[in-house]
Amino acid sequence: MDSLASDPVNQCTATSFEMDSQRTQYPYVTGTSVIGVKYEDGILMAADTGASYGSTLRYKSVERIKPVGKHSLLGASGEISDFQEILRYLDELILYDNMWDDGNSLGPKEVHSYLNRVMYNRRNKFNPLWNSLVLGGVKNGKKYLGMVSMIGVHFEDNHVATGFGNHLARPILRDEWREDMTFEEAVKLLEKCMLVLLYRDRSAINKLQIAKITEEGVTIMPPYALKTFWGFSAFENPTKGAEGSW
Amino acid sequence: MDLNLTAPHSMGTTIIGVTYKDGVVLGADSRTSTGMYVANRASDKITQLTDNVYLCRSGSAADSQVVSDYVRYYLHQHTIQLGQPATVKVTANLIRLLSYQNKNMLETGLIVGGWDQYGGGQIYSVPLGGTIVEQPFAIGGSGSSYLYGFFDQAWKKDLTEEAAEDLVKKAVSLAIARDGASGGVVRTVIINKDGVKRRFFPGDALPLWHEELEPCNSLLDLLPEPMST
Repeated sequence: MDSLASDPVNQCTATSFEMDSQRTQYPYVTGTSVIGVKYEDGILMAADTGASYGSTLRYKSVERIKPVGKHSLLGASGEISDFQEILRYLDELILYDNMWDDGNSLGPKEVHSYLNRVMYNRRNKFNPLWNSLVLGGVKNGKKYLGMVSMIGVHFEDNHVATGFGNHLARPILRDEWREDMTFEEAVKLLEKCMLVLLYRDRSAINKLQIAKITEEGVTIMPPYALKTFWGFSAFENPTKGAEGSW
Repeated sequence: MDLNLTAPHSMGTTIIGVTYKDGVVLGADSRTSTGMYVANRASDKITQLTDNVYLCRSGSAADSQVVSDYVRYYLHQHTIQLGQPATVKVTANLIRLLSYQNKNMLETGLIVGGWDQYGGGQIYSVPLGGTIVEQPFAIGGSGSSYLYGFFDQAWKKDLTEEAAEDLVKKAVSLAIARDGASGGVVRTVIINKDGVKRRFFPGDALPLWHEELEPCNSLLDLLPEPMST
């Protein structure tokens, strides 16, 4: 029924005639941080719409947060081709789930578990899917937010981040996240983190998307840009009195 | 300088795909190099996949040729089964499948461009690794590094066919001026509902850029007439 080509773990390429003896790949086209927080009505996730090719900011309109089934949102950083492939596997997973037609549907916890198995098994074969995934969702009133890395490290928390976000956003979230934040408060908090990432992450671009998931469903807002601040007097003349410094 | 004649044939290249009002314009240079030697100075990097979809190839010449051959073969069968021309999206996804599934072995960046009755003119970029991205315009190959700024400034939506082809011609020619791995002639392919038009622009049909001189036959033509005593 499932062809080997669509098996996420036992990858068999359609036209390769020799097996490649070493498998670990290198990422080529990569997305940067994704951040996610739990709030009053569900989960809020933010990511910019950029995909870099080495140091070049090559693609500037790439959606890195996508809905999965009725109850989940998936955000990804890392190799975009692997993310696109993961979306195909999830598509198939959700399709078969719908085909059961039993009134039940895969919730965020189940999807997270599936992704964890896929990522870990690929890691064991030295052929990872080069992504860090953020999985958030709401089912039957219960909020869920989790993360899976390319080596299969996984956990759930009230707030998660990938890539640079781990270093720059999580300290802010640890300090300022509250249980039962309103939508407005959560958006402001995410924007505060995204602004820091924009200032300090070389691969960030000023075009971001925020996505929310509640019991009612998924909304992925259109991309927008944040205002940046450069008006510190020290910025205008940073080497005054210390010529040659920076 | 060692010519390195045993280096794999690579198309340092400049390739471009641009959508315009009625379809797409694809453009490319024509240089194929083996190390420092120019193995082919008039290659055709814009390859036909079906009547309505073409492919711009960059990176390893061998890899891009073999990928395009497989996709042409599959598409031929697909078209027979479907009973109508293949869509650009399906073509681009076949390219993606091969690029993605063989990512450890292939080194080729591709731009798929064409016209179909459902989506009109479309351009899909399939870079190294097998990511697929639909874009209003796409640039690729080593020469594209010099064109990011140019396109950010020069591209507009809904260009006319003439403006789009001019843009592509100008861009490839600018990239050739600065990228040692791009050179030769500029080839363009225009695809819309009325069909496909192939054009060819040798160096003398292109504008001159900074520090480039008007080509002439000989120094002797430039020297002033000898003065009569």
